[in-house]
Amino acid sequence: MTELAVAVPEPIVGRSLWGNAWARLKRNRAAMLSLYYLAFIALISVFGPMVVPHEYTTIYGDYVRTPPSLSAYPKPDMIQTALTDAIKRMRVDIKEWHQDGSRIIVTVTSAKPVDDRNIRYLDRSDAFDDTRIESKSPDGREVTMSSAVRQQYFFFGTDNTGRDLFSRTLMAGRISLAIGLLAGVVAGVIGVIYGATAGFAGGRVDEVMMRIVDVLYSLPFIFFVIMLVVFFGRNFVLMFLAVGAVLWLDMARIVRGQALSIRRQEYVQAAEAMGVGQRGILVRHVIPNLLGPVVIYMTLLVPQVIILESFLSFLGLGVQEPMTSWGVLISVGAKNIGYANWLLLFPAFFLVSTLFALNFVGDGLRDALDPKDR
Amino acid sequence: MASETILSVTDLRVRFQTLDGTVEAVKGINIKVNAGETVAVVGESGSGKSQTMMAAMSLLSTNGEATGAVDYRGSNLLTMTKSELNKVRGRKISMIFQEPMTSLDPLYTIGNQLIEPIRRHRGLSAPAAREEALKLLRLVRIPDPERRMKSYPHEMSGGQRQRVMIAMALANDPDILIADEPTTALDVTIQAQILMLLADLQRKLGMAIVFITHDLGIVRRFADRVYVMRQGEVVEEGDAEALFANPQHAYTKMLLAAEPTGTKAAPPASSQVLLEGRNVEVVFKIGGGFLGGEPLMLRAVDKISIRLKRNQTIGIVGESGSGKSTLGRALLRLLPSDGVIRFGERDISEADRQAMRPLRRELQLVFQDPFGSLSPRMTVGQIITEGLLVHEPSLTGKQRDHRAVEALREVGLDPNARNRYPHEFSGGQRQRIAIARAMILKPKVVVLDEPTSALDRSVQKQIVELLRKLQADNELSYLFISHDLAVVRAMADYIIVMKQGKIVEEGPTEEIFDNPREAYTQTLMNAAIDTTRFRISA
Repeated sequence: MTELAVAVPEPIVGRSLWGNAWARLKRNRAAMLSLYYLAFIALISVFGPMVVPHEYTTIYGDYVRTPPSLSAYPKPDMIQTALTDAIKRMRVDIKEWHQDGSRIIVTVTSAKPVDDRNIRYLDRSDAFDDTRIESKSPDGREVTMSSAVRQQYFFFGTDNTGRDLFSRTLMAGRISLAIGLLAGVVAGVIGVIYGATAGFAGGRVDEVMMRIVDVLYSLPFIFFVIMLVVFFGRNFVLMFLAVGAVLWLDMARIVRGQALSIRRQEYVQAAEAMGVGQRGILVRHVIPNLLGPVVIYMTLLVPQVIILESFLSFLGLGVQEPMTSWGVLISVGAKNIGYANWLLLFPAFFLVSTLFALNFVGDGLRDALDPKDR
Repeated sequence: MASETILSVTDLRVRFQTLDGTVEAVKGINIKVNAGETVAVVGESGSGKSQTMMAAMSLLSTNGEATGAVDYRGSNLLTMTKSELNKVRGRKISMIFQEPMTSLDPLYTIGNQLIEPIRRHRGLSAPAAREEALKLLRLVRIPDPERRMKSYPHEMSGGQRQRVMIAMALANDPDILIADEPTTALDVTIQAQILMLLADLQRKLGMAIVFITHDLGIVRRFADRVYVMRQGEVVEEGDAEALFANPQHAYTKMLLAAEPTGTKAAPPASSQVLLEGRNVEVVFKIGGGFLGGEPLMLRAVDKISIRLKRNQTIGIVGESGSGKSTLGRALLRLLPSDGVIRFGERDISEADRQAMRPLRRELQLVFQDPFGSLSPRMTVGQIITEGLLVHEPSLTGKQRDHRAVEALREVGLDPNARNRYPHEFSGGQRQRIAIARAMILKPKVVVLDEPTSALDRSVQKQIVELLRKLQADNELSYLFISHDLAVVRAMADYIIVMKQGKIVEEGPTEEIFDNPREAYTQTLMNAAIDTTRFRISA
């Protein structure tokens, strides 16, 4: 290498197949829209629960099954009810009450002198906050209290126990997407490694490995999950392990077929003729050329996993309360469809639209990566 | 009736919408076809010759769009509705394609595929249509047509399938037969037969033939008029005789002179033997295995001996299925084989993968298909330096890059292109990349497996010249596998003719060409000369 000093011209950067695929995908409006939508859903699912004013576990006893509304609770007619409720607990009588801006002023009377500690009954209600005693009659039998009306927003309404459905839906999204992604990746990784090994090794090894897959295919999935749940109890990790362990079979078959055909490509033979070892061929030739179909199948695998998880949760085998997922929410919603349909509508909308977007992206990717299009 | 114009293409433009914007494949061409004449449309790949006819038949892919006019007996095919078009397409104008393997439906017998369209188009009864189909098979000279009616496409050879395709195209007595490279996928001997058949049929049936081909030599005997296309334009047109006798356009002249020329002198008798095979035998086991029953043994290479000297080129000639590629791979120990193989002083017959690895850099292989032999996901730089990763692992990335630049310069490519991907290059450039990949390792022996057959004639010539230059510069020994005798003659100093895994004849190039002893070699030569006889040698 004596002429290393000679200036080597700066190379022109070419456009790779991935670059081409990306350019094609960008022209597919439905897929791009779906991609943005998925990013949006992922963003609000991950960060939403931190920003939303209600914890997904907080129970608002006064707001059980409140319908969704864009304006704040409590509504004027609800103040009356809440107030009467709270005063009743104090065992005093209302003399008069009126609202003054964001506070209400209430005068109560009683046969005995009123204990100052009674104000906590007002604070305990979900509708009021910051209660003070304004004035007291000299005999202590008539007290005027003021209390701030607590403004609460329940955009998606509340559920049977009075938990905010908005924060619960976002939290459920977090879990559903996480399971979808994790189980998808678990299935993908197992499937790719297993399938690539079988396809690359070929011959007898391939034969044995694929017969094992055939055997696993014949196991009834639900039965398998019920067994797992019975033995290990219900938990989150088990959930995606179970789903992932079943779905990798498809991936393994697809990857094995691809690996078999790539193995016969002339560029692999060319590498062999150059003396490149098995590892080099696997890493530099087989895996990069496998990635296209794998990526396509992954985008179709993730919705499949989400549906499976929802299905298991619907059966009551999935995520455990108070943790929740879209499947759990839909299952609850389905039971209350007659009198609180929003419990079904909101989570169902999120689940369906996300699956829709995922399928659109998968479809777009297939069009973009399919070499036949070229 | 002889001079009536039945098909005229006027100002035809074909555009394709692609990622890089609109590409104009055909740029306003005019073509006329008279009743009963043969018109050849000649051009290299990418000249738009096939797209012209596809547009005329409304068979463009979905991102394509055609403007202009294609008039068939007074009606414009481009503006017809689908049902109107179907009255013309397949009846009055029919087409045969390059690939007889994929144009026939593998699920139906030949008879079925012939009878169906006859019944539908002509409304004949089943027995009458069957008679008609038999007549057609006899017309295209398929032996034993009664039995062949019951065969499936995979039971027939490529040439027979192409005959069936022709029979199907003739079923409805067309006015015009469009033949899109009908012989390109076939062996030379078959090629000559098919051409003869087409010429014969035209004489008998009197239809017009539009013959699309990349090989100007083929059409000479056979075409009345010729259109030469280049980059979507007709650069020259005229009477075949006049055009061949006196080509006007530089491109036509170039095409006519594209035959590789020159010969190679044999190395001195005292040269060292580099690669030697003695009684090499390769047997493939077909079927069998677990529950598969008795496997079928196929002897692809049957006891062949070969001695390749330093600076020598041995041409291995034979039709497809003769075992020539298998022999090449077996000699490089890429396939398990029996017999003795020696490289230099070493016996490598028993060498395993590990033992072969250090020798691989000196034994290189270049493939036929420049599209399949380069990994689509690696840059050209990565592709050609991959061998260095194995054989010179101590090199830094920068040194490898430098070697890549050198290798690309050596094969006449712009080194700036080394970060591009294979799909951004043309066929000829890709073959140069494949050659650079072999040459970067400074090999002693290179097996060239049909390195020019997938390329256009003019590009073939350049590759042949490049290979010869590389051989002269580096004292290389080539094993040149090809079915194209013209190229072999220009490359090799010694020739082995193979048939069904055996050597039919071998000897110095001149001797084989001028004085073939065996009948098979003579047939091979005659077929090649038949199709190229009238080529002007430059």
